[in-house]
Amino acid sequence: MELVYAICVGFMSACGIFLMLRGHTFTLVIGLTLLSYAVNLFLFASGGLTIGAPAVLSSSENYADPLPQALVLTAIVIGFAMTAFAVILAMRGRADLGSDHVDGIEAFDPLSEEKS
Amino acid sequence: MHYFWVPFLPMLGIIVPLLTNKLNRSACALATAVLPALALCLIFLDLPAVFAGESFSKSIEWIPQLGLSLSFRLDGLTALFSLLILGIGLLVILYARYYLSEKDHMGRFYCYLIMFMTAMLGIVMSNNMLQLWFYWELTSISSFLLISFWSHNSAARKGARMALTITGAGGLALLAGIILLGQVVGSYELDVVLNSGELVKQSPYYLAILGLFLIGAFTKSAQFPFHFWLPHAMAAPTPVSAYLHSATMVKAGIFLLARFYPVLAGTDVWFVVVSLTGLFTLLLGAYSALFKHDLKGLLAYSTISHLGLIVLLLGLNTELAAIAAIFHVMNHAVFKASLFMAAGIIDHESGSRDMRKINGLWKYMPITATLAMAASASMAGVPLLNGFLSKEMFFAETLNQSILGAMSWLIPVLSTMAGAFSVAYSLRFIHDVFFNGEPKGLPKTPHEPPRYMRVPVEILVAICLLVGIFPQATVGPLLQSASLAVLNHSLPEYSLSLWHGFNLPLLMSALATMGGVAIYLNRKHLFKFSGLFPDIDAKIVFERCIQASVNWAKNITMKLETGSLQRYAFCLCFFALLLIAPPLFDLDMTKGSLPGTPINGAVLISAILIIAGSLATIIWSHYRLIALLMLSLVGLVVSITFAYFSAPDLALTQLSVEIVTVILLLLALYFFPQQTPISRSRPSHFVRDLAVAAFIGCIIGSICFALMTHPLDSISEFFIANAKTGGGGTNVVNVILVDFRGFDTFGEITVLGIAALGIHKLIARMRLSMRIKDYDGRPWAKDKYPILLSVVSQSLLPLFLLISAYIFMRGHNLPGGGFIAGLITSIALIQQYLAHGVDWMAKRVSVSYHYMIALGLLTAGLTGLGSWIFDRPFLTSWFEYVSLPWIGKFELASALVFDIGVYFTVIGATLLILASLGKLTTKERLTVGER
Repeated sequence: MELVYAICVGFMSACGIFLMLRGHTFTLVIGLTLLSYAVNLFLFASGGLTIGAPAVLSSSENYADPLPQALVLTAIVIGFAMTAFAVILAMRGRADLGSDHVDGIEAFDPLSEEKS
Repeated sequence: MHYFWVPFLPMLGIIVPLLTNKLNRSACALATAVLPALALCLIFLDLPAVFAGESFSKSIEWIPQLGLSLSFRLDGLTALFSLLILGIGLLVILYARYYLSEKDHMGRFYCYLIMFMTAMLGIVMSNNMLQLWFYWELTSISSFLLISFWSHNSAARKGARMALTITGAGGLALLAGIILLGQVVGSYELDVVLNSGELVKQSPYYLAILGLFLIGAFTKSAQFPFHFWLPHAMAAPTPVSAYLHSATMVKAGIFLLARFYPVLAGTDVWFVVVSLTGLFTLLLGAYSALFKHDLKGLLAYSTISHLGLIVLLLGLNTELAAIAAIFHVMNHAVFKASLFMAAGIIDHESGSRDMRKINGLWKYMPITATLAMAASASMAGVPLLNGFLSKEMFFAETLNQSILGAMSWLIPVLSTMAGAFSVAYSLRFIHDVFFNGEPKGLPKTPHEPPRYMRVPVEILVAICLLVGIFPQATVGPLLQSASLAVLNHSLPEYSLSLWHGFNLPLLMSALATMGGVAIYLNRKHLFKFSGLFPDIDAKIVFERCIQASVNWAKNITMKLETGSLQRYAFCLCFFALLLIAPPLFDLDMTKGSLPGTPINGAVLISAILIIAGSLATIIWSHYRLIALLMLSLVGLVVSITFAYFSAPDLALTQLSVEIVTVILLLLALYFFPQQTPISRSRPSHFVRDLAVAAFIGCIIGSICFALMTHPLDSISEFFIANAKTGGGGTNVVNVILVDFRGFDTFGEITVLGIAALGIHKLIARMRLSMRIKDYDGRPWAKDKYPILLSVVSQSLLPLFLLISAYIFMRGHNLPGGGFIAGLITSIALIQQYLAHGVDWMAKRVSVSYHYMIALGLLTAGLTGLGSWIFDRPFLTSWFEYVSLPWIGKFELASALVFDIGVYFTVIGATLLILASLGKLTTKERLTVGER
């Protein structure tokens, strides 16, 4: 199970990073969200995978590690704030620059820039 | 011992001139002089012990691990330099009192001057090398301020910049050398370092250390090829030239060579580099000085030449030569300072420093002329003056070496030649200025200076004479103790007297004098000859070099900084990859020793859903709505994953955040094109990005796997054991959030609030064009608020609020808590916005979400502060079980109040974000002027 879990986390991170490297802001925000899912799962897994033993006292004998859970809980909420900020910034960028490309101009090509 | 206070007195004195500036000029000068004079007295008190051959040091440790300490020493060399610095410094203060005009800011000048004095004293008295370096750089900075004192003058600004660049860069080299030396020796204290000469010379780093030290010393002491800054520093007021550029600062490099003589000298490399640099500088300076028409220019090149002479002596590797070097340091400081002061008087009283104009001044200022003539005779090395003695010793020592083998005779011959040139320029100084016809076109009629302006010159010339006639009685003990400090062991035999009989050095002196006279008589031809060479202005060359290096740096910056965020993002990911990959290679196996959990169908299906969802997000990323739906699918499976792996709190949070995120992105999508245009970026970029993303994914996956399968020591046991007894709750995750790690949570809700406010401000100034149609040209639906949704959501609202209250209340003991409850409440309210529209909500909900955030943070913060009342640390929690009739026994906890703060902050932030965004299309929208 750990292997499957790790593969999922790695795959999600790869997809998230790939989308983040695209040029348009909305795609970037989607990539960011995907990456934050992956990171949350990653952090969560640092406490090991436990089934049927939530960290609520006297509910079972062997508890899941509560510390990563507490960290991830706040990370989820902060991640939402970050996604929101990024998307609003992207909107603002589009409003001010007239383009939703991260560089402010469509398909910025450093090579053509140098030639001119 | 009193010496420890010496460096601190001038340091205190820096502020004195600024305080007394308002008083009259003499009072200001007098007040400025008090503390340095006191310091001089303290040195005098300690002199007998120093003459007895003792040396003292005292340290106060600061950061012993780094070798940093406040550490001062007093030995012969220190005493000699301190006397020069304080003595000539006091004379310069007196001189500057008359030199500076009414327009100059006297307090500031003295302030800089005393700052320089402090720095210089620090260099010579430091017993710690790092501390020495600190003072070394301080002299560069204060000399910059002093050279550019007349900042309205472009030459002064440029000269100051040049001096700072050269000496500052040399200082950095010196720092590197000091650190290397400190590492080799194992200590930065001079007491230790000076006795580790053999260790250093055998170290493989010896050459590097020597090179770095020499760069430091040569830049400071204006040795070839760094000599060019000194003539340009002559744009400084003359008291500065007299003090810094003849007597003290340029001697700092010499001091460095002398101080580290026991450590660095004695090798062949030292001899070749140091003596040849000195010899070349000696010749170059002496030759160039002859052709300068500017009085101060002549003196500047003469200073360069004399510094070369001292460096040459130090480079000769014989003990007697080192003694001669020390002797010449004193003599040169005395006669050159007096010459600069005389030049300043001439400039001040005749209005020009051009030797082609100022002629025949003997008639106008006979006393000054006599003094200047005596001093320049000393510079030329005429008997009965101090310059003669050290020059004799110098000639004797040049004969006394043989390292250049068969060519060793070159050194005395070239030295005699340089001696001849120095006689020639000294003659020029005397003859051109004081005789040679009448003044031509001077702005004012020259006359004698004010009485006290001449006093410093008189004192210095008297010293020249006294030392020249009675050397042993005047400076014998001082020279002896200083030489002892330099050589660091017993002294060789030497005799300090005027007459040594007819010998070779005397013949060389005679030859030099005759040669000098001959050169001067034939000066017309020589001037014509030197006129054949183009006049290279070091200032222009230097500025050009600086400009070139600026351009070079700019080019590199432009190459790295293309302005493309996409490229930066790639670089960031790429270097992150490079940084996180290597540690993994140290791990033998990805799989650790922990037994794995068996896989089952549900997990497999979830995994397939996650992978398929992520893949679909990428594949359909051009169709933004579909990509968003796929993303939310992944998000839902993630929350199921949390639920499955015993994290109900996370599952609830993820689920509610997922809803809020999707609503947010949908709202945002309204303002974006619904499709991403097909990118015109090159295929190679596509492959490149894919490769980096895949590699990072592999690495993260491997780390994740390794993390889960390796045994782990966790501090979680503590939280589980203490959640009930210490925090009063059974839901350990919630207890961690509101109690154990409450301060973290407090920080996090603060971040949340700040993000929301930032978004609010971004939206407030947004100017967006509203689309009437969607991307495919279809108009948006007209019926904005479907009646069914309105009715259902309105009736669901109380239920939602009830659930959130329940989730909140049980949070301490069962899954739930402020974060989740806050999100559920937000969703309920957003649903009302969606179902009824902003206008409808605006009529009913009058609360401002800013205040809600503030209220939440305040509640959480005050709960934390509350524990101070009970004398406990911030955010210490308190809980008690109380029994009430009807309800039964229940728990009251301060953590609950903190959680209320979290609850309100989350609601405020979420709604502020979403409502501001939703309002964009309505008349409730924020405008610039609002709030």
